[in-house]
Amino acid sequence: MIGLVVVPTPMWYLLLSALLFTIGAVGVLVRRNPLVMFMCIELMLNAVNLTFVTLGRRLGSIDGQSIVLFVLVVAAAEVVVGLSIIVSIMRRRSGINVDDLAELKG
Amino acid sequence: MILVGAIGVVVRTNPVHAALSLVLTLFGIAVLFVAQHAEFLAAVQVIVYAGAIVVLFLFVIMLLGVDRAEDLRTDALGGQRGLAVVVGVGLLGVLGAAIVRGMGAVVTRSAEGIAVGTVEDADANITQIARSVFGDHVVAFELTSVLLVVAVVGTVLLSRRRPTDVRPISGRPS
Repeated sequence: MIGLVVVPTPMWYLLLSALLFTIGAVGVLVRRNPLVMFMCIELMLNAVNLTFVTLGRRLGSIDGQSIVLFVLVVAAAEVVVGLSIIVSIMRRRSGINVDDLAELKG
Repeated sequence: MILVGAIGVVVRTNPVHAALSLVLTLFGIAVLFVAQHAEFLAAVQVIVYAGAIVVLFLFVIMLLGVDRAEDLRTDALGGQRGLAVVVGVGLLGVLGAAIVRGMGAVVTRSAEGIAVGTVEDADANITQIARSVFGDHVVAFELTSVLLVVAVVGTVLLSRRRPTDVRPISGRPS
């Protein structure tokens, strides 16, 4: 509702991305489902992307947006590898809880 | 709306609901990209994140059949949740202080930056990104292609079923 009344300044964008990053970090700490933890990591990456775009626009530089492009590629690769690891772990055991995965031995 | 989606990712017990909340947040961030004249990134955000990554999440959730609710009531480690909240508040405080204090430097530096400024046009935006990615950062761009190849090969290797793993129906568990 605030965004409709007040013209959003870079300060609002940065505070919003800080909030998103915090929510993602707390989610990684709180949740025990590896899939949801990955989603929270995605939240944090998106918060950083928003910061890049905001500051890049603020500084009149396009480099922020190209860095966001690279972050997207790296995030996609990370998600693919992580999910395949989760799938190969879940094939061997049925529990979906990172506390049960404290050992490397399969 | 973005924050509602983000909180939904954390507090939803069902992973499918969490993924759909993530879609809400990602679309909201795409809208913010459009509002900041980063149209190309908004399109890429919708296609890559909402289109590919979340679908991959949902696919894995359905594949593993883990779409049952997680018990959020019980605290797995003693006092971990309170500690997480403390860490979150501390992180938010640090980030907020950094933003509030750092905005002055950004404003002073942006005085000449706005003059050069990004042209407020979608085509110009794409042109500028292309110049930046394929001109200044072309080595990093090539390295991302290497990274993607490594990711694809690693994924195939990880999720491949070994020939010895294929066992008859009455076989013993591996």
